[in-house]
Formats: sequence, C-alpha cells, structure tokens
Amino acid sequence: MAVNILIVGVGGQGTLLASKIIGGAAIETGCDVKVSEVHGMSQRGGSVVTYVRYSKEDVASPIIERGEADIILAFELLEAYRSISYLKKGGRLIIGTQEIAPMPVITGAAKYPEDILSKLKEAGINACAIDAMALAKKAGSEKAANVVMIGKMAAESEIDKEIWVNVIKQTVKPKFAEMNVNAFLLGYEA
Amino acid sequence: MRKLLLGNEAVARGAYEAGVTVSSAYPGTPSTEISEYIATYDEIYAEWAPNEKVAAEVAFGASLGGARSICAMKHVGLNVAADPLFTASYTGVNGGLVICVADDMGMHSSQNEQDSRHYAKSSKTLMLEPADSADCKNFVKLAYELSEEFDTPVLLRLSTRVSHSRSMTEVSERENIPVKEYKKDIAKYVMMPAMARGRHVFVEKRIENLKKWAEETEINRVIPCDALLGYEESGMSASGGEGLKLAGGKIGVISAGIAYQYAKEALGGKASYLKLGCVYPLPEKKIRDFVNSVDICYVIEELDPVIEDFCKTLGLKVIGKEKFSLLGEYTAEMIAKVVLGKEREVYETAKDVPQRPPVMCAGCPHRGLFYVLKQLKLNVMGDIGCYTLGALPPLSAMDTTLCMGAGIGMAHGMEKASGLLARKTVAVIGDSTFLHSGVTSLMNIVYNKGTSAVIILDNSITGMTGHQDNPATGKTLKGEATYQVNLEKLCEAVGVSRVIVADPFDLEKMREVIKTETEAAEPSVIIARRPCKLLNINYEERYDISAEKCKNCGICMNLGCPAISRPQGKAVIDNGACVGCGLCYRVCKFGAINEISGKKGGN
Repeated sequence: MAVNILIVGVGGQGTLLASKIIGGAAIETGCDVKVSEVHGMSQRGGSVVTYVRYSKEDVASPIIERGEADIILAFELLEAYRSISYLKKGGRLIIGTQEIAPMPVITGAAKYPEDILSKLKEAGINACAIDAMALAKKAGSEKAANVVMIGKMAAESEIDKEIWVNVIKQTVKPKFAEMNVNAFLLGYEA
Repeated sequence: MRKLLLGNEAVARGAYEAGVTVSSAYPGTPSTEISEYIATYDEIYAEWAPNEKVAAEVAFGASLGGARSICAMKHVGLNVAADPLFTASYTGVNGGLVICVADDMGMHSSQNEQDSRHYAKSSKTLMLEPADSADCKNFVKLAYELSEEFDTPVLLRLSTRVSHSRSMTEVSERENIPVKEYKKDIAKYVMMPAMARGRHVFVEKRIENLKKWAEETEINRVIPCDALLGYEESGMSASGGEGLKLAGGKIGVISAGIAYQYAKEALGGKASYLKLGCVYPLPEKKIRDFVNSVDICYVIEELDPVIEDFCKTLGLKVIGKEKFSLLGEYTAEMIAKVVLGKEREVYETAKDVPQRPPVMCAGCPHRGLFYVLKQLKLNVMGDIGCYTLGALPPLSAMDTTLCMGAGIGMAHGMEKASGLLARKTVAVIGDSTFLHSGVTSLMNIVYNKGTSAVIILDNSITGMTGHQDNPATGKTLKGEATYQVNLEKLCEAVGVSRVIVADPFDLEKMREVIKTETEAAEPSVIIARRPCKLLNINYEERYDISAEKCKNCGICMNLGCPAISRPQGKAVIDNGACVGCGLCYRVCKFGAINEISGKKGGN
C-alpha cells in the first residue's frame, strides 16, 4: 500500500517545494514515487493541494482521493478544515496555525470558522497544531514555515532524519540551505 | 539514470533525447513548462511565439527545413493552431514534427474542457497519449520516428494530471540526428486544389498504414488481471457493482492516459486492461479481441466517448458513458463504485467552510483599473489572463470571458448591435493577449468605423501562466534581450489616433481618461501600464489603518485586496501580506490609512 501525503495550503505558501522535498526523501528509501502539483490560476491566492504518494510497489494514480490520505500537512487552518474528507479514517492531520482570510471572508460574505482545532478533535481526528510561522521566524525566515511543517511530520515518519536533511540541502537554493535545515530541525523537535 | 520528472519536463527530455533542434510555443496551462524545460537545453532553439498558430507554423517550417521540431499548447490553443494542423496533415513533414496538446479536464485553469482527440480524428493525424512521465518521454521519442516513417505530424495528448505530476523516468543521452536536406516539392508542400487532391489520397492511405501499426505497437498493450477473483476472494459484498454480478467473471477495462491510472488504482489486479498509448487511429482487431476475451468490458475515458463510440461502431458491447460522467476528472473512487460497488468511508467536511477562490495578488496593478471600471458601471468585454479575476466580487467588473482576444471584437459587436452600448462598453485585454489575437480585432474596429474604447492592461509580462515573456517584454524565452514591440506605435499604426497611456493606480486620471474615451466617437486605446507586482517590484512604503480615524465605511474593502480584512468591525492591514502599493491609501476618504516608514513584514 502506498503512503499518501496530502499537502494543503494557500497559493504562495510553498506547497510545491514541500512536495518536492517529501518526494525526494521517499526516493532515497527506494520507493516508487508520484507527486502531483497545481499550476496556473488556482495558484493566485486560491486553495492549493499537492499530493505525494510513495510505495515499495508501483504507484498508479498521482492523485490522493477522499478518505485516502495517511497524513495531511496543512499550512493554513481553514485549509486543514476543508481537507478532512481526504483523510483516511485514523489518519494524521498536522496543522500550521496560520490563518489567511479568503476573499468571501474579507468581503463579509462568509465567516472564518472559529475553534477549528477543537472541532477537528471533537470529530475524532488525530490532529496536532504547530505554530510553524513562529518557528520559521526563529530559523531566519517565515518563508520556511513549510519546512518546519515537514520537520514535524518527519519526526513521526519512518524515513531517517539524515535523509530529510540531505534532501532539503539538495532541494533548496544553497544560500538558504542552512536556514531551511534549521527550520526543519525546529519542526522536528517541536 | 532514473529521475523524478514532471510530465512536462519528461516531454522536454524526450524532445532533447530525440535530437529536436527547434521549439516554438505560446504559454498555456497546463502545457507551459514543456517549452520552459526545452529552453534549458542549449542544443535546442526555443522561442515563445505570439500565439499557437504562429508557433505551429514555425515548428512546421522547421520540419520542412529538415529539423525535428516541437510545439506545445493547451487544448484551446489547438483551436488557434487548427488551421495549419489540418493542412500539415496533408503535406506531411520532412524532419519529425510533434504537436503537444494539453487538455484540462476539470478546468483547473481553462474556460472549457474540450477533448482534443476529436482534432486527431478530424485532421487525420496520429495521436499518442501518455499516462505518466516515463510514457511522456518515451512517446515523444517514438513520435519522431513515426512522424518521419509515416510522413505525418504527430499529436501528443496530455492532461493536467499527466503534465503536472512527477513520476520516475529513465533519462538517457541525446541522439545525434542531423538536420535533413530541404527539397523543393510543390506537389507535397503547395496545397492548392490540384496538389491537395493528390495528398488527400496519401492521407487516407497513411491512416490505413497507421491502423496496421496500431495493431502491432507495444504502446497498445494488454495488462492481464492477477487471477480470476470471485466474491469471496475479492472481499466485496454480493450487492456489488455490475462487474461482480457476473460472479467470477473477468472484468476488462479499455483506457488511455491518466484515466488508465485511475482505473488501475481502483481495480488493481481485479481487472485486465487494454492500455491504449495510441488514441488515433484505434486498433480495431486488438480492441475486438480484448473485448471478446473478457466477460464485461468498461471503457474508462475522461470527457467524450471517443474510444467507446469506436467500440460501439464495431458492434462491441462495452459499458462507458451510461455509467461514467462526461464531465470533469475521474477518480479511482468513482471507478471502484461503478465496477466493484465499493464505497469509501470518509470524514464529512463541515458545512461552515468558506470557499477560497483565486484572487488578484496584493499590489496587482489590475486592481486599480477594475475599481474604476466598477465605479463607472461600464459593460466590460473581458479576456483571458490574471485580470479575468476582475469578474469576481468585490470588484465584479467584467461581463464576459470567451477566448483569447475575444473582448475587442465583442465590444465592436456590441456597438453594432446598439449604438447606445458603444458609449457604455469597453474591451479589456492584457498585453500578451493583445499581441496573441487582439490586434487583428483592433484593426477591424478601425477599418469598420467602430468607436470602441479598448483598454490594454500592460503589466509587462504574461502573468497567469507564470511569467513568460512576450513580444512586448524585450526578452526572449532563452532570456536574451530583444526588440520590444511598442504598443502605442502598434495601435497608432493600425489607425487608432487616440492612444493614451495611464497608470492604473492613478485612479482620478484613469477615471477621467476612461470617461473621455468611451464618450469619444472614434476608436481609442487606453494602455493601463504598470508592471506585475511579482516582477520583483518593490514598493518602499507600508501602510496601516488608524482605528480612530477609520469610519468603517468599507471603501477599502471594495478593492478586494487580500491584505485588508475586517475581522472585528474596522478594517486592518495584514503587514505580512501588504506589499505597499498604496491603492487603499488613495481610496480612503477619511485619511485613516497612513504610510508607515520602511518595509515591514515579509522577508
């Protein structure tokens, strides 16, 4: 069975880079990997979903569907809330606590839901929250919040820490490598 | 060496390995990265053309010149390039010619979800359809061999999910393919009636030959089921779908492209598959034999029933669109439900989850223009680009979106329908879209004595597809400096004497200019010029809102800026999201929005 990791966020939060890193780490373990990305219109501040699937056997579909995600990595609270139908029963939901108001909330046509985290827990979802922005700032840039989130996930994964660190170094621009590794480690230890 | 390649990257790699030397394209999601990756190879000349028709003609010319050439476009781009395609099918090629066309099932970033396979059939052109990145690379290489062997352009049909997913792909060295000699041959290349009649005979013969090839090629292959599974072994309930009602019966699936992956995901070894790598022409005998070898056969294809209709004309009993949708993308879940009667248990999404539609970025130059257009209550004939988002609330200032370049012609048509409408209507079009296919419509307005006002949103880039250069940016796809089309002079040259350049952030002036030009009884062009915020444009100022001075009028909220919200009554600016464009500062009537010194937030 494939391991299915769904990454959700808002255009511009770095879901593409996150999927590259996770895919890269999975390859290092000798798995077949498929990663699916979103380009174009929905990148403009809309909901963005990327998928990473890996398995010792061949992976067929590049898409993770409803009820299939082993792990959801959510970079934004509302997007975490939106994504739960994709979570496998008993799957893990790791949430960055950043809140970004969507346009219907900004215009007053809708309300940003309150107490999302407690609602998720009440629904019996194995969710945890992490202030990835704060940790990323500590590492040197809020832009590394995505890598903090990967760190949090990696600490629960079967893939070795060294593999993650190496893949991060290979994936990001060399001048940001150290900062991103630090962000990863802060997430890993959180 | 095996690499995790994006589908589009694998297409580019295939072109590289096949010895391609010329590439021409116009960007369009989900095809854009094909050309961007090709441009990274020094051995390949690669360019952005102003539109898909030009790109296809350049690639065709390169083929005649003896080079292996490629062009890539999105599905609707092939509508633009259809004219050269249909006759290039008659002339055939010299060097191999591959035209990549990426369909957008589910319309992630498109105005319709047409099925490009119809083009293969109607232009009588061979079409291959890869199902993952490895297929992408291999099929492109095969396509060049077939193109030269059968003397035909080859269409490569992609989809959003194949183009934009990464999978493991074996990469190898580039073949050294010398550019062939060009030989004049008017019977082959001058398609006037006498010669074209001869070539049509050739085309029909070519299709017969390709059908024979399609029967034999390994890219149309059968993947047998693991074993015969009955009820118990399959673990399904007896109330399962049709596949299982034939207890222990063999399930067959005919599929191609990404739909094959969904079917494989859903059914695994419980079904046998006929995976078609060539979707036109289809292999009659292979399909017939496959259908006859199973007890129940599904045709699983997104969008139109192309393979299914072919099966039905052969008199074969297959199940297709009576069980599967004509709309959007398929999922493994929907396939499992139809074939196995299997449903998934999922967490319910809460009812109170607001939508998150795409929005214009903070600092987007288009925002100022649409704010003014809304104030002026004009009919806005829109076009395709980031600015299409101006149709959504709160700006809500675009009436139509049809196709690339349509807005200008439509504004003229509005005027011809009713002279009154001319004074209330403008066309809005981006710089890249204007050069793609707007300029001819502008010529039409002038020629036919129209009086429309046309607004060119010149943000100095092709924005929505992710920042590609165009003839007005002064840079090529390879990043070299080049001649820059002067939009003012271009508009003047087609006969527009009223050409005004204005800053979309100068709201007062923009309002005046638009009012004057819509009232003018002659054609005019307003160039709303300000570069895309994402082009490393840095505004020095930052802004905040004084809670004391804010009267809670909500005018700043009408801008639809993602950096401004009103969480507890009064508006606030999110310092991290604000880029300092100052548009809100300009619209506030109470002086409640202040400049604060230096850059804040972000990194």
